Amino acid sequence: MATANIEVSETPLVLYALRRADDALILGHRLSEWCGHAPMLEEDMALSNIALDLIGQARELYTYAAKTEGKDNDEDKLAYLRDVRQYRNLLLVEQPNGDFAQTLVRQFFYSAFADLYWRAMMTSRDATLAAIAAKSEKESAYHLRHASEWIIRLGDGTDESHRRAQAAIDHLWAFTGEMFAVDDGERGLIHAGIAVDPGTLRGRWLTTLSGVIGEATLTLPQTDWMQQGGRSGRHSEHLGHLLSELQSMQRTFPGQTW
Amino acid sequence: MVIAVDDNTALRQRAWDAAASVVDPEIPVLSIADLGVLRDVVLDGDRVEVAITPTYSGCPAMNMIALEIEIALERAGFRQPKVRTVLSPAWTTEWMSEEGRQKLRAYGIAPPQASHSRRALFGEQAVACPQCGSDKTELLSEFGSTSCKALWRCKSCSEPFDYFKCH
Repeated sequence: MATANIEVSETPLVLYALRRADDALILGHRLSEWCGHAPMLEEDMALSNIALDLIGQARELYTYAAKTEGKDNDEDKLAYLRDVRQYRNLLLVEQPNGDFAQTLVRQFFYSAFADLYWRAMMTSRDATLAAIAAKSEKESAYHLRHASEWIIRLGDGTDESHRRAQAAIDHLWAFTGEMFAVDDGERGLIHAGIAVDPGTLRGRWLTTLSGVIGEATLTLPQTDWMQQGGRSGRHSEHLGHLLSELQSMQRTFPGQTW
Repeated sequence: MVIAVDDNTALRQRAWDAAASVVDPEIPVLSIADLGVLRDVVLDGDRVEVAITPTYSGCPAMNMIALEIEIALERAGFRQPKVRTVLSPAWTTEWMSEEGRQKLRAYGIAPPQASHSRRALFGEQAVACPQCGSDKTELLSEFGSTSCKALWRCKSCSEPFDYFKCH
């Protein structure tokens, strides 16, 4: 029998930590889907290693969210016992792996942001978030370098790899706007020096993108229209399928441990 | 009182030595003290609490290391030892002891290089082969057999080898 969803008291700080935790968990899970399926052994190891880093970041953030909430929840409950509408991740990270180019473009868009974001968060007035940021920024630097090298290799590779990389950029572009949006709760945290304003990172994010995508002989779309909804729990149809796999063991055998 | 303090110091040293005897399960030539993962040992009466810091956020060896510390302390006579994880300051390969670096090299893993920047995209980087010492080497993959390592190959002796990444 399925286990009921937990309830979470989403104060602005709890919600803030949850959103970042969900980003890391969902992207980490997506990358783990490549384990045993990547086009070469080195990439199988690379994607699995990056997935591990992200899931580790998610664990720290969930633990902090649960501690801040101060109720009966913990990292496992937050990951396994919330349903789609309770998840707060970016729509970008839940998008399917598609082909290798789509996975790497998704990774590139996210890592180019995460690298700037975690570096900025190291000066957060919240000691735990600053500590998580100091660890994550080191990891994200490697993630960004890995993704950047692949974007160049795919874009400036064969006609087929170029075509696929460009198609992935065109497809995923509309999911990037959400990274820079803030709501009232987050604005309060920004004023308090706990969070950074992601809008201030957009210029440097675009510079990173332009450099790599230019070198890859690819182009960024000129459209401004952006998808949104993930931060408030309105997701694409893909997240439900992902969660059904991610949560099936805990939903079927509640409290099960290895 | 002086004797009590000495006892306490000796007891703490015993606890430290026990914890420091634990090795990284994935690189068994390195102790957690060599790695800089062991941060602190605190005594409260005969209770002991050990602070460790993770290398990478998702490093799966951390659970095993925590368990091994508890076992080592129990063997050394400490009851109900506790292991606490601290995140700050963030672990860095700069904490790795010189002895640790030499052990790594002897084991066939190139130790982390202080001058190497992880932000240098396609940065020129020379990592000497731990087998033959040649600097004619090439990067095969940024991510290797564990979170902390990259995969390299020596063009002189043709041996592939792990490089412990700078962090």
